[in-house]
Amino acid sequence: MHLPTPRGQVSQSLAAVLRAAPDAAEFDQLQSALDTKLSEQGDVLFDDDLQLSLFMLYELHYRGFEDADENWEWEPGLLALRQRIEAVLEERLRAIAGPAPQVEPQAANVADALFALAADDSGPSVSRYVARNATKDQAREFLILKSMYQLKEADPHTWAIPKLDGRAKAAMVEIQADEYGNGALPKMHSELYRATMRGLGLDDSFGAYVDKVPAIFLASVNLISLFGMHRRLRGAITGHLAIYEMTSSIPNAAYARGFRRLGFESPVTDYFDEHVEADAVHEQIAGRDLAGGLVEAEPQLMADVFFGAQAAAAVDVLAGKWQLNAWQNGISALYEAAEVNA
Amino acid sequence: MSEPKETSITVCPRGPLLVRGDFEILDEDNQQLDSRRGTVALCRCGASAIKPFCDGTHKLNKFENR
Repeated sequence: MHLPTPRGQVSQSLAAVLRAAPDAAEFDQLQSALDTKLSEQGDVLFDDDLQLSLFMLYELHYRGFEDADENWEWEPGLLALRQRIEAVLEERLRAIAGPAPQVEPQAANVADALFALAADDSGPSVSRYVARNATKDQAREFLILKSMYQLKEADPHTWAIPKLDGRAKAAMVEIQADEYGNGALPKMHSELYRATMRGLGLDDSFGAYVDKVPAIFLASVNLISLFGMHRRLRGAITGHLAIYEMTSSIPNAAYARGFRRLGFESPVTDYFDEHVEADAVHEQIAGRDLAGGLVEAEPQLMADVFFGAQAAAAVDVLAGKWQLNAWQNGISALYEAAEVNA
Repeated sequence: MSEPKETSITVCPRGPLLVRGDFEILDEDNQQLDSRRGTVALCRCGASAIKPFCDGTHKLNKFENR
């Protein structure tokens, strides 16, 4: 993908910096833009400039940008800058995650507590709306919003594999191998998603719609990179994967019903059907063996396991509200390229 | 945790049976069902819409069997 359209001073300076080689960059301007931004009082989860900047900084470690210099990936000044945004994001996530369940640090208890968190359906139900009410245009918007994660599905959690050991590592590998289609390209979940997007006439290349995706949806992907890339947050990444798996089979069955109601069939619906079956397997492994196995090996990480799960759920509630508010008011949940909140 | 045998079945509390390893699932006419993955979850609550596989419905119908 190409560098996205900036949404404020930070992302604008960052894009300019990334286009040049590290030693030639005007780094001071970027520093002062971030100083100014971080001195403002705002909710980082809805700050387009910060979430887009963080997305760009993380993307250097994934597929990168065709128009960015690859030497930036491990440049210390840029990593220090990323860390300042991450600190603000992590503080906010810890605030909205709420108090962690108090259980004995054994795998069965951790799994039970995670399943209980996943069963809280007090949030907005995008899946019910898609199943019953969504128009074809809203179905396209739904796919575009999800595409920022689904087109690199599993990648942010894969960072955690070398950080884990024993039972938790084996569990993570078992889940991730399935996410990647056990090495068969057409079965790779991100490839199934591409087929779904193409079926609705959408561009299936990663990042094609980034300029239309509001901050809260970028935040929901950025937080997985945050958890996955920092070893100290290995508890959070396992909790995140567990809650994702545990809140997947039933919603995906609803999405499949919605897309069939709109007249689509295989291969468009394959992605959703596959997730009904796959995630009913994964949720069992993720709860007991991955998150539970990690807690038994390192009991001090239990609070972070729940933090990862609760932060993911809280951000998904905010993202769900954004979508449903827009659709129920008859407007688009996407940005027109020019109307972002700088 | 003991070493699993080549093929193993794990009973998930209030959930499905997880089957791992070298196995095949046959229908009543001895035809192999395509399980599409190495580890499968078999429905134990009876309410799955994709039987014999689990679709997570046990979480909605409060299946209590451990």
